[in-house]
Amino acid sequence: MTENNIKIDISKIREILDKNNGARIRSWLSICSRCGLCAEACFFFLANDKNPKYAPAYKFQRTLGTLYKKKGKVDEAFLRECHDIAWGECTLCKRCSLYCPFGIDIAAMIAIVRSICFSQGLIPEGLARTLPNYEQFGNQMAVTVEDLVETCEWMAEEARDEIKNVTIPIDTSGAKYMYTINPREVMFYPQDLAMAAQIFTVAEESWTIPTTGWDCTNLAMYAGNKELAGKVVDAMYKKALELEVEAILITECGHAMRSAAYEGPYLANYRNGKPPVPIVHSVQLFYEYIRDGRIKIDPSKKIDLPVTYQDPCNVSRNAGLWEQGREIVRAICNDFRDMSPNRDHNHCCGGGGGFIPMGGPYRKRRMRSGRIKAEQIRATEAKIVISPCHNCYDQLNDLNKEYDLGVRVVSLKELIIETMVVPEHLKPNPESQNEEG
Amino acid sequence: MNWDYAYDVLLSRGTWIAFSVFILGLLVRCVFLFGISLERDRPFYNHMDWTWGIKSIIRWLIPLGTKGWRQQPLFSLAVFLFHAIFLVLPFLLSAHNVLLQNAWGFSLPSISDSTADLLTIVFIISAALLMWRRIARPEVRFLSTWWDYTLLILSSLPFITGLLAYHQIGPYKVIIVLHLLSAELLLILLPFSKLAHMILYLFTRSFIGFEMGARRGARCW
Repeated sequence: MTENNIKIDISKIREILDKNNGARIRSWLSICSRCGLCAEACFFFLANDKNPKYAPAYKFQRTLGTLYKKKGKVDEAFLRECHDIAWGECTLCKRCSLYCPFGIDIAAMIAIVRSICFSQGLIPEGLARTLPNYEQFGNQMAVTVEDLVETCEWMAEEARDEIKNVTIPIDTSGAKYMYTINPREVMFYPQDLAMAAQIFTVAEESWTIPTTGWDCTNLAMYAGNKELAGKVVDAMYKKALELEVEAILITECGHAMRSAAYEGPYLANYRNGKPPVPIVHSVQLFYEYIRDGRIKIDPSKKIDLPVTYQDPCNVSRNAGLWEQGREIVRAICNDFRDMSPNRDHNHCCGGGGGFIPMGGPYRKRRMRSGRIKAEQIRATEAKIVISPCHNCYDQLNDLNKEYDLGVRVVSLKELIIETMVVPEHLKPNPESQNEEG
Repeated sequence: MNWDYAYDVLLSRGTWIAFSVFILGLLVRCVFLFGISLERDRPFYNHMDWTWGIKSIIRWLIPLGTKGWRQQPLFSLAVFLFHAIFLVLPFLLSAHNVLLQNAWGFSLPSISDSTADLLTIVFIISAALLMWRRIARPEVRFLSTWWDYTLLILSSLPFITGLLAYHQIGPYKVIIVLHLLSAELLLILLPFSKLAHMILYLFTRSFIGFEMGARRGARCW
């Protein structure tokens, strides 16, 4: 998609510029005093030997600033540069906003640059590939409803080897939580579903997996395709309303939370900016389970190896769940070592903002910019890194190999399963297991 | 050149023009921004929460009050002193208050001339630090435009010339004209330049306070 020559449609660029040209953008673009505090906040800047071209202030002035200055009259070379900056040099992690004295939301501006590039057919191949899948199947990996249901049944069966009575309810009306997932759980990591089912069973949760709107990821959002991104998130909202659930539950995925809870309502044109159904992230729910004793941790099973916690940007900084995540980790591990900086000031792992699905062409950069995270992890001397985010998970595994960190990367679910107490009445009967086997 | 005439004009008509442009300019800009914000900035209104907004504003006004400031403590202190003295000192100078008394028959409390001297010198040092930082730090030098340097110099000129004039260093008449000229130019440019952050700061900071705090329960400092 990016290799072919593109025909620039200036009217489309102008349309996007005009629509966004409000008080915030005008203020941000005009008052940035180029103090450079944002530079040291950015892991791209730090990982690239403090090359000033990676300073967030440069990135938005060079792209969106120039687009406004030139009123959209730009050439292909410039748009390609914008493309390169918006996807190759920024993961929209929003850390710079915390370091800007004016609180300029730089990520929001880079997101607009992405949508301008998209309007000209200029987006990374890896993201482009997922869009037809969302259009046709409602999820990024073209999983059919049959595949989803079959995998759920299969996984419920597997899970019953560990815990009695596990089921994965499909499309149950009136459930408390509509559990939305990342399609890679169905395609590549079905045990993720089995683990979730075990945890929910032990916690005696009322939950269901929907057959539409079940994919909470939103790569269309990262691709700058706002219209499709709106449809993706709206499908989820509509399904939740149809099933009359109390809340939408988001799997251990970072950007899904960003999409469902914060950007989604605007993408789907909800004027009040609020999702029609409350959004709850797994980190919050698991924290509540442990806090309220619905999941009990077996002290003898607690993890002894040193553990660190990777704050996914979209779970910690951008969803305020940094303490909840830590509380879970403290409950299940004996030797928790925090990275520095941490919590809302964590660095992006380098896999966010669509970087992981952008794949091969961006791999080298992803590994280079991930150096900051790799060094943070190494400094803790941890042997296990927990991250409640699929993109972090992939990136950390890649960094583990690239930088030879010698760590095991896990989700929260994995360690909760390893350490939780299974109540007597839910322990599988060994005989019936044999019969089934 | 008739310096006395220039001084008279700048003091009488000049101040009127400068303050009118300053106040009206800021007002018009704010009204304009408010107008376009109603449709295009829904997120600002949708998630309003003044507890978070005010926290977001105040935190960044306190020297070393945020992680970002603590990362560069000297810069944080220089910024604080630069802004605080810039905003307050002009109102507290006895020389200014004499002019105010003569023109409008009232004046504000003044500080002693020696305190004023000290504050002016602190201001000039802060400004020099800001300038030095702009040049010395590669990323800031890279980002800086000639306009950033110009505005920093222009903002410092009234203080430098004020100090020189008070101590009668250099050609007094020229310096006092420069003093008025630079201050008035600054007031005139303020609403239309990045210096409008004087007011817009309150809105951009509130927004990020609403966005992070009210929506996500997350800090932005």
